[in-house]
Amino acid sequence: MSPLATETRTAPASIPQGPHPEGLAPVLRCRKLTKRFGGLVAVDQVDFDVYPGETVALLGDNGAGKSTLIQTVAGVHRPDGGSIELDGKEVEIRSPLQARDLGIETVFQDLALCDNLGAAENIFLGRELPGKAYRFLPGLNEARMRSEAKSVLSELHINIRNLDAPVRTLSGGQRQATAIARAVYWKARLMIMDEPTAALGVPEQKKVLSLIEALKARGVPVIVISHNMQDVFEVADRLFIMRRGRAVADLRAADTNANEVVRLMVG
Amino acid sequence: MSANPTTMSPPSIDDENIRPAGLIALASRLWAVLFLIALIVFFSIVAPGFFDLFNFQAVGANMAVLLVLGLGQTFVIISAGIDLSTGFVMGLSSVASALVMQGLTGYPLPVIIFAGLAMALLIGLAAGAVNGALVAYMRVPPFIATLGTLSVAQGVAYVLSGGPPVSIATRGLGFFGNGFLAYFHPEAGLSILGLPEGVSGAAVRDVMGFFPLQVVYIVILAAFFGWLLGRTRFGRHVYAVGGNPKAASRAGIPLEWTLFRIYVLCSTSAALAGFLYVLRFNGGVANAGDALMLSSVAAIAIGGASMLGGQGRILGTIVGALVIAVIQNGLVILGIDPFWQYVAVGAVIIMAVLVDQAKGRFFP
Ligand SMILES: Nc1ncnc2c1ncn2[C@@H]1O[C@H](COP(=O)(O)OP(=O)(O)O)[C@@H](O)[C@H]1O
Ligand SMILES: [Mg+2]
Repeated sequence: MSPLATETRTAPASIPQGPHPEGLAPVLRCRKLTKRFGGLVAVDQVDFDVYPGETVALLGDNGAGKSTLIQTVAGVHRPDGGSIELDGKEVEIRSPLQARDLGIETVFQDLALCDNLGAAENIFLGRELPGKAYRFLPGLNEARMRSEAKSVLSELHINIRNLDAPVRTLSGGQRQATAIARAVYWKARLMIMDEPTAALGVPEQKKVLSLIEALKARGVPVIVISHNMQDVFEVADRLFIMRRGRAVADLRAADTNANEVVRLMVG
Repeated sequence: MSANPTTMSPPSIDDENIRPAGLIALASRLWAVLFLIALIVFFSIVAPGFFDLFNFQAVGANMAVLLVLGLGQTFVIISAGIDLSTGFVMGLSSVASALVMQGLTGYPLPVIIFAGLAMALLIGLAAGAVNGALVAYMRVPPFIATLGTLSVAQGVAYVLSGGPPVSIATRGLGFFGNGFLAYFHPEAGLSILGLPEGVSGAAVRDVMGFFPLQVVYIVILAAFFGWLLGRTRFGRHVYAVGGNPKAASRAGIPLEWTLFRIYVLCSTSAALAGFLYVLRFNGGVANAGDALMLSSVAAIAIGGASMLGGQGRILGTIVGALVIAVIQNGLVILGIDPFWQYVAVGAVIIMAVLVDQAKGRFFP
């Protein structure tokens, strides 16, 4: 709690104990998580918890360390210090593959799509369904992957006519939807979305917000990074604010407002 | 959990990917096939003897080594890499397996052939493991890593062979390199995997061979590589790694292991090309594949693969190899200095790249 304690003086709204429901164990529990890039401490001893069924907005100015924090949880970076617990068990997340195997699904800020592959191929990337090739050789179950992709996309109200067309030929919204569908399809234990609305038009932003609501309805905890205050207050139960790599506030959405949040972000 | 997303009913994101006419798309995808057909029509008209079943069989047998070199290289190029070492890995494999087969002279033919094949595969696995370790795990750029391997393979091949070809004098070996699946003689009739009974002496000249074994080998190998690239998880990962390695890794694809296997596969196909060379010429020589590395890359480029990675197919490589083999064959029949083939193939490569770029303009 030390990084929080020092900041509480300038940020009286922060609640060092965390505004979580009593008695519930966190799904994700980061303790003193630290990640450095050379001399730069991108994430500095951050304590960060996510409880079952809640949507947490991760906020902060550009370069605050939000992406680095969630990428460390998603196995992209190895932490330089601290620990990560999932459902009370300490885990060492060495790779994105391992994070996914642990049930952590992530929509990365840059979407992490292979532009040369189709939407269905991207949704099943790294987790292709096995099947038969030429009826007798081991291969892939293309038909099933295509139909599952279609159904998860339509469940999300996204229409992509040709699921085989390279995703570089799709609109920004369709690409975003493909990245989200990939995460949604695999019944995540924890969903992470890094600026899922940043590059989208207004109707498409609304779409993403309703996707988050749908996840919440399924009881999946969501961490969402966003710069859009309106969005944040629309979906988030809790706000976690970072500044220059440190955690500076942890607030219930109902207890604060956009002005206060912006003040905490810029310090 | 009972999610009921239908209650959300937000506006539907519609299909906005309206693309130019499908005809242009189709033509640009099939241009290599169209070009191949045009070449065949052209040489059929101007080169007497070109349009002939037996000439076509010769084209198929002649392109075998080039195509096999290209099969593995196709994976490397789709992964956004390049393997410069294939030509001399092929040479080294031909020399090493020829030496083993030479040393076993007197043993039964199957023993000699399997020992030679095993030696070739060993060379391929070793060279591929070195390339793969350098590129995948030590992050040496493929151009540099495989240039180093090229030089090492070249040196070892010359040291082992001493320079001149290593030849094998074992009866019956020639059949496996130059024989046919089926033979037909007007009087003795049809036979499989050997001359019809009772045909000897001058009568041998009247025997017609069908399906050169070199063509049978490449059909089997191409089917295998085509399955691997187009129909398996590994193949899918090859495209992903070439399209966007960061995204592939974040989706959970083991980047290093995938790249490592790609380079092992490529060297193995080069080594198999060396073994086919040994069967065909009953010997091995260090520079057997020297000129073929670039031709095989040319075949892949003509076949529609992108040198930037992420795009390419085995079928394309086959068409590309056919284009090169037909140009070579046609020029020879026309009596044109065979060195002009390099000029012709060069022009086709440049055309392939221009078509690819035009494609990029139509389909960003
Ligand atoms: N891979 C990296 N290598 C070096 N520095 C990085 C890397 N990723 C992020 N950083 C730096 O770490 C800091 C935090 O970045 P980031 O986590 O992306 O911030 P945010 O997502 O909050 O905008 C920035 O100063 C950024 O330049
Ligand atoms: Mg970021």
